[in-house]
Amino acid sequence: MLDAIVHYEFLQNAFLSGMIIGFIAPLLGVFIVVRRMSLIADALSHVTLAGITGGLLLNQQFVALSFLNPIYFGIAASVFGSVLIERLRALYKHYEELAIPIIMSCGIGLSAIFISLANGFTTDVMGYLFGTVSAVSRQDLWIIIAIALIVLLFLGLFFKEMFVLSFDEEYAKASGLPAKMIHFLFMVVVALTIAASMRIVGILLVSSMITLPVASAMRLAKGFKGTIIYAVLFGELAVIVGLILAFYLDIAPGGTIVVTSILILIIVILFKKVVRKEAQQ
Amino acid sequence: MKKPFVELENISFNYGSNLVLNNVSIKVEEGDFLALIGPNGSGKSTLLKIILGLLKAKGEIKLFGEPISSFQHWEWVGYVSQKSNAFNTAFPATVKEVVQSGLTKKVGLFKRMPKDAKKRVYEALAAVGMEQFLNRNIGELSGGQQQRVFIARALIAEPKLLVLDEPTVGVDIKNVQSFYDMLGELNKKHHLTIILVTHDIETPSNQISHVAFLNQRILFYGEMEKYNQLPKEQIYEWYGHSVRAV
Repeated sequence: MLDAIVHYEFLQNAFLSGMIIGFIAPLLGVFIVVRRMSLIADALSHVTLAGITGGLLLNQQFVALSFLNPIYFGIAASVFGSVLIERLRALYKHYEELAIPIIMSCGIGLSAIFISLANGFTTDVMGYLFGTVSAVSRQDLWIIIAIALIVLLFLGLFFKEMFVLSFDEEYAKASGLPAKMIHFLFMVVVALTIAASMRIVGILLVSSMITLPVASAMRLAKGFKGTIIYAVLFGELAVIVGLILAFYLDIAPGGTIVVTSILILIIVILFKKVVRKEAQQ
Repeated sequence: MKKPFVELENISFNYGSNLVLNNVSIKVEEGDFLALIGPNGSGKSTLLKIILGLLKAKGEIKLFGEPISSFQHWEWVGYVSQKSNAFNTAFPATVKEVVQSGLTKKVGLFKRMPKDAKKRVYEALAAVGMEQFLNRNIGELSGGQQQRVFIARALIAEPKLLVLDEPTVGVDIKNVQSFYDMLGELNKKHHLTIILVTHDIETPSNQISHVAFLNQRILFYGEMEKYNQLPKEQIYEWYGHSVRAV
């Protein structure tokens, strides 16, 4: 397999993009999960689909626009969706979770309209739904690298503030931290990560890349930084094992990555149970 | 002459048409340990949020002699919120990480934690008698221990004023006295000015210097000794007719 990676650009792109997403998705995922925002990731992935199908439709209808990668439309839709979610959460203060089904159904509804207007592009859409890591182009890879750098820059600048905000929002506000601004930037970074991840695992599985490694990490790790380290390790392990399985078994990599993540979670849960039982004895 | 740390003049606040605070005036000076006492719904927590700049109210508010609108030194104010709504107990963070996060505002945006952060965490935890729990996850501690950790988080930034909202909620009755003793020590030995909100009219009196009794408006404001001289019936009446001290 290593030989194939050296020789084929598409495999290089697949592995590199997979490894990058395997790093940034769980890294942000820790903040998403502890802030109880896991479902927001799902809602944003559906809005991203609307952007991508809209982009594919424009590519199909206007030849002059065919140079525009649909991922740009996905990114724009995802960022717009994140802003909209915040507006809706503020509007329905006592029913904040309402924002999620509203945005999710809006994304799916628009996607269905764009797909039917296009009378086709079924293969492309299937790729975005379930992931086609083998179709990641060099251009896609550069976009993913750029998004990863933005995520790292954001966390490099605001890690300590994000910790305070995630742990105790009221305290963060009382301390005079610019909580609103940081939360807004966080939502934008999450939206970008979701748009970047969908090439690898597909829109329907994006939230699994964000949440499953974190769910496993939380069972094992001590402390916040420990949780981040474990989550990233599990994310990378799932991507590597998933891609190898997909290569040798010739099956969809999005599926193998997610199933590997679930297997890791099951192993971790069982391991913890055994350890606890032994400790009790 | 003692410096005024908090000056509230004619503060009024409404939630919609519901009047919560009516012309409240209080002055907290350097070195005071003020207990803000009142029944549930009396506006205590609202008043705290106004002092912390989380809510805007009618009237004049000054912090450290400066109008709150232009006040910038929030690192001088340490805040310990009500434990019950402050955090998710399953949050994966160690005591060390929680306490160190108290430095965030003081360090400032785009800057790394100082090199002596570890030492400061230890000192802040030692001040509340929790240094042996440094590497424990916060969710593994009891309610009283968690409150001490949150006080350490406030202390690490070396505030001049510590504001606590119902800090003994969730603390075992047997540990309440030692909790107040610890606050008293911070007030006297470390010269920390403290504002503490409580609904408990039997708040341990030996550590507190001043009392403000609030029920929409200030019904009593003065030294603890004078509060202790008030007839109990008077306090029960302010608190609510059928209420007796626990």
